[in-house]
Amino acid sequence: MEIIKLLIPLALGLGACFLGLFIWATKSGQYEDLDSPALRILIDDEENINNELIQKRNSK
Amino acid sequence: MSTAVEKGESNLETFSYNDKLTKMFVIATLIWGAIALFLGVWIAFQLASWQLNLDLPWFTFGRLRPLHTNAAIFAFIGNAIFAGVYYSTERLLKTRMASDLLGKIHFWGWQLIIVGAAITLPLGLSSAKEYAELEWPLDILVAVIWVTFGVNFFLTLKRRRERHIYVAIWFYIATILTVAVLYVVNNLAIPVSFMKSYSIFAGVQDALVQWWYGHNAVAFFLTTPFLGLMYYFIPKAINRPIYSYRLSIIHFWSLIFVYIWAGPHHLLYSALPEWVQTLGVAFSIALWAPSWGGMINGLLTLRGAWDRVRREPILKFLATAVTFYGMATFEGPLLSIKSVNSLAHFTDWIVGHVHSGTIGWNYMLTSGMIYYMVPKLWKTKLYSDRLANIQFWSATVGLLLYIMSMWTAGITQGLMWRAVDETGKLVYPNFVETVVKIVPMYWVRAFGGVLILFGFVVLIYNIYKTIKLAPKDQSEDVFRAAPLSSNPIDEHGGKHRKLEGIPLVFSVLALLAILVGTIIELVPSLVSNTFVVKDSRVKPYSPLEIIGRDIYVKEGCYTCHSQLVRPMVAEKLRYGKPSSATEYIYDRPFQWGSRRIGPDLHRVGGKYSHMWHYRHMLNPREVTTGSIMPNYPWLFRNKIKYSSLSKKMQVLAALGAPYKTEEIEYSVKNAKEQANKITRELERDGVDGKMVNKEIIALIAYLQRLGTDAGGKNEVTSAQ
Repeated sequence: MEIIKLLIPLALGLGACFLGLFIWATKSGQYEDLDSPALRILIDDEENINNELIQKRNSK
Repeated sequence: MSTAVEKGESNLETFSYNDKLTKMFVIATLIWGAIALFLGVWIAFQLASWQLNLDLPWFTFGRLRPLHTNAAIFAFIGNAIFAGVYYSTERLLKTRMASDLLGKIHFWGWQLIIVGAAITLPLGLSSAKEYAELEWPLDILVAVIWVTFGVNFFLTLKRRRERHIYVAIWFYIATILTVAVLYVVNNLAIPVSFMKSYSIFAGVQDALVQWWYGHNAVAFFLTTPFLGLMYYFIPKAINRPIYSYRLSIIHFWSLIFVYIWAGPHHLLYSALPEWVQTLGVAFSIALWAPSWGGMINGLLTLRGAWDRVRREPILKFLATAVTFYGMATFEGPLLSIKSVNSLAHFTDWIVGHVHSGTIGWNYMLTSGMIYYMVPKLWKTKLYSDRLANIQFWSATVGLLLYIMSMWTAGITQGLMWRAVDETGKLVYPNFVETVVKIVPMYWVRAFGGVLILFGFVVLIYNIYKTIKLAPKDQSEDVFRAAPLSSNPIDEHGGKHRKLEGIPLVFSVLALLAILVGTIIELVPSLVSNTFVVKDSRVKPYSPLEIIGRDIYVKEGCYTCHSQLVRPMVAEKLRYGKPSSATEYIYDRPFQWGSRRIGPDLHRVGGKYSHMWHYRHMLNPREVTTGSIMPNYPWLFRNKIKYSSLSKKMQVLAALGAPYKTEEIEYSVKNAKEQANKITRELERDGVDGKMVNKEIIALIAYLQRLGTDAGGKNEVTSAQ
């Protein structure tokens, strides 16, 4: 039954992990705005600058 | 004003996505998906027609069924998860995955594991715990590769350019952490040789750990990652926000809180203590709420756009997947209610339930996701919407045939097993009667499987053509976004805003409670000797029985036979005294099984003569007309391997079996003596004495020992 010496720390470790994650998430304001994240993922607001790069290459 | 713009622009960083890795995972999903589905169809036909076992060891149902389940879960669905997770994570976090190298190791390592499984499982190198059959070297590899994936994922999270972590990512985080812990704990074993080990847990404890794993494999491998994928791909495919983001967060924390307690519902009416069973039932029923929270959130996202669901194949697959998720998570709690479970457990109803999850939810969502991703990844358009529709209808009709035939088969057989007439006798005392009755349903199920497989082949062809017609230039797109440092989340908010997070603090405290709960459930069974009442009549297996038991494990007998007599009138009449926890203390691994395609074997010891077993294993139909069990001719050819016997006994002794030193020393001699004794009896019935060193003798030794220590006297009969 030596296994519990491994099992307990493992289970507690997992719990501590989730707790840590949650405290971090709340403290850093992850849940302060529960409306805009749903909309934000729909906007691919990062610019695709391929065309810009191609133009630059061509002009050189 | 102008300074702000300048400041913003100077901060922009350029980056690209590692789409090559995602593409590799997509292709692996397609290849392994076809193989996993083909294996499923093949073993479905084996149940309809036993001849398809081909009298070859590596083609029997007992060895191919574990290969099918492992291929479906880890190869097909596993690769799909990785493809979807890599694709969505990079886009949601606006960054490339942290390391291309770790990604490569992850990909090739995972494929190596799958190839390893495809070789070892048909060879019978199995630890015989459902969905965890891989032997210890492959288990270690799984753990290493999974951690590699986790490290790459968390490093990526750290490098993100989007401060808010979208709900999908939370589902991925829970998946990565929990699967790692579950997999490692359940597979803890002590090796005997390169491909053989004994579980560190025995009997009831092993059952508890196994179904804690088994149920949560469903929860954290087949469900949470796919919910994350749902939360990304449904809004993206329909270009609308998720119905309620708030609900998604509540649904996330409550789902992982409740799920982890539900494992014991797989062990109702078993030798597991009553309170553990009741706990499992209560939480299984509670699971209804968070599961349907997710389902409703997904479906309501499509509200007002059902015309598009009718037109666009991607949405068709996604909407159907969520619908089946709702159905499967309705059926799950229903099946975990004890009275329903007493009928459904060990029948095909469970098999149907599992497939409405894996096919209805995982296969459908994976297909929708692939139709969404592939044109974007390869910068092209889907080759054919029509073919996608053909796949959709073929798979949907196939799945409905599958589920309905299994409902019919399961309920029919369950009712036949329990039917008792007014004189108190079983109406169907011959188990095989209940099998013959449902064989037509096996044909319907197999045909349904063919349709599901056909749909998948159409998907592969469609994707193949799409990729072939894609433009030659597949260079990575380059994007520009501001780094995290220039994107503070809470510029204006004061301290009072933190109060809004309080309900979520409670959610996480509840999460912590899961783990405490897990410990409460597991630990008493591990530490306390009073948990399992010791019975002095229960003795460890003899050396020959150990070898016989390992043959039982190797042939995957547990895929069709349970070793657990439940405390019900019909079971007492059919099998004998209900099983108790104390009888299993030397069983590594436990072999309770989950489906009775054949009868329970826990009280088979002494029930039939040696000769009955001998003839039965050579050709089951010789003693049981209508049996669908394969022949096992190789057990009559293969010699018993005595070489690792003393090592096996040493390991078992180290794990607590009270073998004396001289018993280990003379193990081979003792085993041969027992083999001689059995063979002498068989000789009286005309068997050649040369059979003494063949595997069949060891298997008979084990079968005749089963359930005899504390089971009372089992009857010796010559006919079924």
